[in-house]
Amino acid sequence: MNNFEYKQAGNTKNAIELINNTPDAAFVAGGTNLIDLWKYDLTHPSGLIDINHLNENAEITTLKDKKVRLGAAARNADTAYHPIIEGRYPLLSKAILAGASAQIRNMASNGGNLLQRTRCYYFYDADVPCNKREPGSGCPAKEGYNRIHAILGTSEECIAVFPSDMCIALAALEAVVNVSGPNGDRSIPFEDFHRLPGDRPDIDNTLGKGEIITSIDLPEEGFSEHYSYLKLRDRHSYAFALVSVATAFKLNGNVIESARIALGGVSHKPWRSIEAEAFLKDKEATAENFAAAADLILRGAKGFGSNDFKIQLAKKAIIRNGLMALNPESQLPGALPSA
Amino acid sequence: MKMDKNINVGQPISRLEGKQKVTGTAKYAAEYEVNNLLYAYVVNSTITKGKILSIDTSKALALPGVIEVLSHENRTKLAWFDVQYADMDAPPGTVFKPFYDENILYNGQPIALVVAESFEMARFAATQVTFQYKEEPFKTCLKDNLGLARTAKKGFATALKPPPPPPTGNFEKAYESAAAKVETTYSHGTEHHNPLELFATTTIYQGDGKLTIYDKTQGTINNQLYVANIFGLKYKNVRVLAPFVGGGFGSGLRPQYQLFLCVMAALHLKRNVKLVLERKQMFSFAHRPPTIQNLRFSADINGKLTGLNHSSKSETSSFEDYFEPIASWSHRLYPAPNTLFEQELVPLDVHTPLDMRAPGGSTALHAIECTMDELAYQLKIDPLELRLINYSEMDPSAKKPYTSKALRACYLEAAEKFGWDKRKPEPRSMERGNKLVGYGMATGIWDSLQFPSRVEAMINADGKMVLNNAVTDIGTGTLTVMTQIAADQLGLNMEDVDFQYGDSKKPFSMFQGGSAMTSSTGVAIVVAAKELRKKLLKKAKEMTDSPFKKAEDDQVTFQNGTIFLNSDPNTLVTFKELIAFNKGKTIKTTNMGKPHMLKLKNYSLATHSASFVEVEVDKDLGVVTVTRAVTAVAAGKIINPKTAKSQVYGSMVWGISKALHEETIMDPNLGKYMNSNLGEYHLPVHADIKQLEVIFADEPDELINELGVKGVGEIGLVGMPAAISNAIFHATGKRIYKLPIHFNELI
Ligand SMILES: Cc1cc2nc3c(=O)[nH]c(=O)nc-3n(C[C@H](O)[C@H](O)[C@H](O)COP(=O)(O)OP(=O)(O)OC[C@H]3O[C@@H](n4cnc5c(N)ncnc54)[C@H](O)[C@@H]3O)c2cc1C
Repeated sequence: MNNFEYKQAGNTKNAIELINNTPDAAFVAGGTNLIDLWKYDLTHPSGLIDINHLNENAEITTLKDKKVRLGAAARNADTAYHPIIEGRYPLLSKAILAGASAQIRNMASNGGNLLQRTRCYYFYDADVPCNKREPGSGCPAKEGYNRIHAILGTSEECIAVFPSDMCIALAALEAVVNVSGPNGDRSIPFEDFHRLPGDRPDIDNTLGKGEIITSIDLPEEGFSEHYSYLKLRDRHSYAFALVSVATAFKLNGNVIESARIALGGVSHKPWRSIEAEAFLKDKEATAENFAAAADLILRGAKGFGSNDFKIQLAKKAIIRNGLMALNPESQLPGALPSA
Repeated sequence: MKMDKNINVGQPISRLEGKQKVTGTAKYAAEYEVNNLLYAYVVNSTITKGKILSIDTSKALALPGVIEVLSHENRTKLAWFDVQYADMDAPPGTVFKPFYDENILYNGQPIALVVAESFEMARFAATQVTFQYKEEPFKTCLKDNLGLARTAKKGFATALKPPPPPPTGNFEKAYESAAAKVETTYSHGTEHHNPLELFATTTIYQGDGKLTIYDKTQGTINNQLYVANIFGLKYKNVRVLAPFVGGGFGSGLRPQYQLFLCVMAALHLKRNVKLVLERKQMFSFAHRPPTIQNLRFSADINGKLTGLNHSSKSETSSFEDYFEPIASWSHRLYPAPNTLFEQELVPLDVHTPLDMRAPGGSTALHAIECTMDELAYQLKIDPLELRLINYSEMDPSAKKPYTSKALRACYLEAAEKFGWDKRKPEPRSMERGNKLVGYGMATGIWDSLQFPSRVEAMINADGKMVLNNAVTDIGTGTLTVMTQIAADQLGLNMEDVDFQYGDSKKPFSMFQGGSAMTSSTGVAIVVAAKELRKKLLKKAKEMTDSPFKKAEDDQVTFQNGTIFLNSDPNTLVTFKELIAFNKGKTIKTTNMGKPHMLKLKNYSLATHSASFVEVEVDKDLGVVTVTRAVTAVAAGKIINPKTAKSQVYGSMVWGISKALHEETIMDPNLGKYMNSNLGEYHLPVHADIKQLEVIFADEPDELINELGVKGVGEIGLVGMPAAISNAIFHATGKRIYKLPIHFNELI
């Protein structure tokens, strides 16, 4: 039997000690991804370090400089419904609530959300090759059924998509991930946290071995006036995004002072284009300009057959969500397109 | 003999077992905890076709608590002849025999069984059994293998599922010269039944070749015979029970491999064994086959159909010829002088398909009713009007009258409720903000079947009635409906009627399918109850100084557990008194209900429906919502409007699912299904289901059977996918020739 040691960490320091002193161990937070992977026979940690009792990481607090800190152990649901988040970072709230189901959001932690693994069918089937699971074994998705797969930032080895909704908003908000490890503490800009597959598709992110996410910091600017999250999928709830868009604007009248656009469902990491965002600066917030920005964002996009549609869909989604962001009231439950 | 037939019948009574189900006290096949239980876990093939060269079980067997690993190498001796494996629903061909030999016929085929002291150990040990295979090339893609198409072999199952009738008139000529004509090709993907309850078997080994088996099935007797035949046991020594079944939708019409393997392990080890499949394994047997249909319909200038051509090619396995009627349906609805129907099968390296809710019909009617819709646009005739122009009171295909057909009422009542008159005829002409709005309608038709069934009915010392029948209740409301029927037949309150079922020991019932149980078991109850009333009256006459001595059958009434004289209701005898007079001995009878073949030979039998659907499609993004749907059903007498409505609601949701969501994805390079879990096999969720309405058209039917019932389990699905597709066309001007329709295709 796949026996494993179970240890409960009392605090962050203790958690780091435990993970570094237990061979082949994994943290477990909500368990909504890890336990599934285990059941599918895709991972078999020999030690489980329970980090659900790290009270110092369970809170959502406003810092001195008006930044907001999301504890890694806080639940997705508690985060989405927190008055600070609903008030100052409604984009994040909407994105979280567009993900998974109420039950899963109640369990899922903020730290775990960042580290959830791809939903690629081929990754999830231990009986078929997958470079992400077994480097060098091949990628049947490229010639197979790749409706859910990436169009941007793909590599020869891997066309998997990072499936989170929450992280698309965090990317747009330029959050910072705080981690602690045997070599001390680090802060990783969101942009640098997730990575493209390249020739190491087995590595999803830049978290080091034995490191723990303690919190995620949100900058002061929350774009609470003009924002929208749009999620397009094969049913109206409880499905991962084929394409999602998080859009946020600072406006002066109808002129864009600053723009943030992040795409989900299209790449191995939340996808942003600094060039596109710069293009929108000082432009009128119009569908034409959103379309031009979309072309910049999607430059180099490439389909693999069943996902070719995503290129055009993403463009239209960027335009619509730009318009929705001008009128955030137009957002619907489930991040459906506006009525 | 008088009794009020409609005290309980016709009432919207809630399911009698509802509380047990929602409180978790209803026990399903996987939930029987018996002493000394062993747990079995199936190992499935990871290759699609080839041979097992060797199996290494040493690592698994070395694990603590692992009792045995069974495979074709060490299985028990089994029945010799194929026919002994053939269940009551087996199509022509060579039935699949688990662990028969080293050959792999499809991906996911069960190839070994681990038996251990705990479920966890069995599951883990299953990962430790290793195989050496010799892989062979395979074919799993329908589209790429249409060249293999051939007609289906005939067999026992052909009686219920006949091949298409021979051509009439001269289709090609009619088509060529027609004023209006439409040619379409529709393709449908694979679907898996996915009842919520996982397939599971608990086998209790009782020694002396005796077994009691809790099984997930739609047919207790079917599985009893199957087990006895294969393992050489006496029928009377094999008891299959399925008191609660968490949905079937056809997947339980045939015994599935977990039954075979669980029983084999129990007999081999002489122990009690439980086997539960996991969700992924639910994708390793029965499914709705993918199909490709070509249709050509022609009409004259007034919209009267002149020619119908429908040819279908669908997948089957390499070993059995699963056939569901597809090509012949249009002519059961619409008259046309020239018809040409063809249907072929393409054998592929997959498991055998199996009936899935409205098999054939829901696939066929999608293509037929979308083709009719195209014809309507071409002729500039309202789609509903086109149906009415081609309306037939009789069955044009069989040239016989229907025992009853209230389809016209379905059309009109549903259209009225829906507000069809508000539809603008032009496609893409209705809008609501960012949404294009579309209205679509379609017709449904489904078989009305009745199987022979035997019911034992009795009055016990407490004056209450007990009935016995082997039928299951797969969640449809069978228990409730049978209790209603029986109560009225004897003039009892429903609380005083105990309908016992889900047990192969009880008198015969066919498997529960074909929307046929209310007619089959229900009629058997009527027949048995009639005999029971006779016996009770006879007993009443035997009593000393009986006031009933001279009473004729029609001079008494059965009510509230008594028999009384119509002329003097105060002259009565209670059932209790009767049994006391019978020295406390139960008065009982067992009778067969069966269809009146001779009388019905001159008629066609069918249920009908009309579905009207409104969709909203996002103008830019294609996202589809079925905002409203109305389905009117004509299915004879409705015994229980509440459970019947639930059946139709469920079917309508299924229709939305079939049109927009459900599909098992086959990777043809790997020859296996890739989305075998409920996260990625998309069924609609609450957010996808908006306003649904059900209407039952009044359809008295004195001919069809004693109850005038037809069955409602499937008909509500048949028209929905086409109505949705047609509404999407009306909204967008885009005709999508495949299901499910993905929103991105509408951009
Ligand atoms: C059916 C289903 C549907 C879903 N749909 C969606 C969806 O539509 N959109 C969406 O965004 N998500 C969806 N999810 C994913 C869900 O959001 C994630 O599973 C969840 O966020 C993971 O959080 P967790 O706390 O449960 O992580 P766990 O499963 O506990 O952990 C996940 C990984 O993170 C590691 N980990 C956890 N916390 C830390 C930490 N603090 N530091 C370092 N490592 C850590 C664990 O070791 C593990 O490797 C879905 C999940 C399921 C099961």
